[in-house]
Amino acid sequence: MHRREFLQVLAAAAAAGFALDSKELLAGQGAEERYDVPRFGNVSLLHFTDCHAQLLPVWFREPSVNLGVGSAAGKPPHLVGEHLLKAFKIKPGTPEAYAFTCLDFEAAARTYGQVGGFSHLATLVRRLRERRPGALLLDGGDSWQGSATALWSRGQDMVGASRLLGVDIMTGHWEFTLGHERVREIVDRDFAGNIEFLAQNIKTADFGDQVFKPYTLRQIGNTRVAIIGQAFPYTPIANPRYLIPDWTFGIQEEEMQKQVDEARGKGAQVVVVLSHNGMDVDLKMAARVSGIDAILGGHTHDGVPAPSLVKNRGGQTLVINSGSNGKFLSVLDLDVRPGSAGIQGYRYKLLPVFSRLLPADPEMAAYIEQVRTPYRARLEEKLAVSEGLLYRRGNFNGSWDQLILDALLEVKGADIAFSPGFRWGTTILPGDAITMEQLMDQTAITYPFTTLTEMSGATIKTILEDLADNLFNPDPYYQQGGDMVRVGGMTYACAPDARIGSRILDMRLAGKPIAADKNYKVAGWAPVAAGATGAPIWEVVAEYLRDRKSIAPRKLNLPTLIGMEQNPGMI
Amino acid sequence: MDKLRRTLLKGAGGALVAALAAGVLIPTRVLAAEWNKSAFEAKDLASALKSLGASAAADSKDILFRAPDIAENGAVVPIDIVSNIPNTTSIAVLVEKNPNALAAYFDFANGAVPDVSVRLKLAQTSMVKAVVKADGKFYTVQKEVKVTVGGCGG
Repeated sequence: MHRREFLQVLAAAAAAGFALDSKELLAGQGAEERYDVPRFGNVSLLHFTDCHAQLLPVWFREPSVNLGVGSAAGKPPHLVGEHLLKAFKIKPGTPEAYAFTCLDFEAAARTYGQVGGFSHLATLVRRLRERRPGALLLDGGDSWQGSATALWSRGQDMVGASRLLGVDIMTGHWEFTLGHERVREIVDRDFAGNIEFLAQNIKTADFGDQVFKPYTLRQIGNTRVAIIGQAFPYTPIANPRYLIPDWTFGIQEEEMQKQVDEARGKGAQVVVVLSHNGMDVDLKMAARVSGIDAILGGHTHDGVPAPSLVKNRGGQTLVINSGSNGKFLSVLDLDVRPGSAGIQGYRYKLLPVFSRLLPADPEMAAYIEQVRTPYRARLEEKLAVSEGLLYRRGNFNGSWDQLILDALLEVKGADIAFSPGFRWGTTILPGDAITMEQLMDQTAITYPFTTLTEMSGATIKTILEDLADNLFNPDPYYQQGGDMVRVGGMTYACAPDARIGSRILDMRLAGKPIAADKNYKVAGWAPVAAGATGAPIWEVVAEYLRDRKSIAPRKLNLPTLIGMEQNPGMI
Repeated sequence: MDKLRRTLLKGAGGALVAALAAGVLIPTRVLAAEWNKSAFEAKDLASALKSLGASAAADSKDILFRAPDIAENGAVVPIDIVSNIPNTTSIAVLVEKNPNALAAYFDFANGAVPDVSVRLKLAQTSMVKAVVKADGKFYTVQKEVKVTVGGCGG
């Protein structure tokens, strides 16, 4: 049957209400074409980022709110839903629309199935490599954190999985929350001779020495390629500094230029930055540093279907961001001519990893099975059933975060609750069980302590202003790449386009205005300061879930937004 | 830095401490310039600049000014300043929002290279300013350094 006919049959079947097998549906859209990407040029790079230790296939809903402010408004990656589809000419109702947007999420998820999973990713990587001799596999970081098994094995499950997957080079962010000694141990012992860990922007706090190698030169065919590592610049601010007390980070733009120039001086024909800046920072950096052919980025979890072309005084730089949670794999093919610096042409594809279309790689599947075995009973504990969709991503709140806030308010006896604007965390479909493993997907960090603090209204306002500025400062170099802190119990309004001090308005508790000089009981978790000791967040939420057994759909506490009506970063 | 260099510097540091203790170097006499009391005690940027005589300092691209966009630790913010303006005789460092705006003042005599690194304490997010004096004229460059409560990173 030809593809067009098949699609017609499909439409008729769907109209008649037939249950459709997802594999057939996906195949109807061209399974072979989808993954047998023809090779172009002579230098190939494969990239994934922010997998957050998700070894198994997951559900992952993309955000419906991802606002861009200032010059970033309305531009990738700040497009969601139909706006994204339109900008990248993706048809609604297709597997691509399911992968890149949150549109009709539940129905699309049931139709097209789960995404990611290392054994499926492994099959895809192998398939792409068959046609691309010498291709490098780059991991943008946030690989050793985000799951129960990664936390309990101190990242060891992911170390083994990364080696088996054939990662060549990586950089990091959440890796550092395992502590500097553990990171050194993995890099110096497990990765030695296999995976290079690069970061040009991490130096010792005392003498400013490089902690990791800044860049590596690799030969792909006849071409010399430099890969420069850029770790998350604000790790000691966004995460506890006490875990990496001797290291200093920062964007280090001038140093980046020096590394690019040095690599070019050593004969690199292609210079690529493996970045954990976040896409807005990548875009600004690309405009200010010259000589970079491509930035393969992550951190903000933006799955952007096509590169952004950024002009600078040296020419132009491709900025690519490859999503999160093992849901996508980037394929960047470059045409590089002998003796010339820079690229003649390129082809790029951000491939969604549809788990059902890619058979599991047996070796990886066996490895994953083995690392899970000792933890199985704890992982599989069924805490409750969710009646509604539970997800995290979005600038202001997600239903999973609302559940965490509700648990904090009740268990801690607080007036107001704060939950960090983390962008990792998987999705649960209505009717599915919430297991301990899934709760850990939202909470598995090395500083999980819950807190209950008396705070004045003035302090609460200062904190919210500060955190809103980390998200909405019009200069990307002042952004930290997380979402806004989730707020429970208290309502407020937010004007993202305003200046710091004027973004947070109309703060109210039970309808009454918050008083600047009055004290309120505020519950929270994940404190970045040393010395916290409260019960881990997963214990607090697990207690709440076990008590209820069935979790009704959450009502999201969202701020009233001001001035965002026309912003295509929201649907 | 290799281990050897670290050890050597440790040794050198020890020697310097010893020299100071023995009274070989007397810091107060090493400093030729006078302590500008009114500038250091000024409570705001405008009066500090006025006391330095630098109220009309002109913006300059010839001063290299390195400061973090967001401070990792507001109590220890590293700032580097290099003046490429010929005949530079002083560099002042000012923090707009600190209780005392003038944080540091350096004199350069007899052609000393105007290249300084300081660690500043910032009370809050603030404009940090370098003011260079060269041939009796004042030049300036500034950058906002953010001090944030942190947490919540992606």
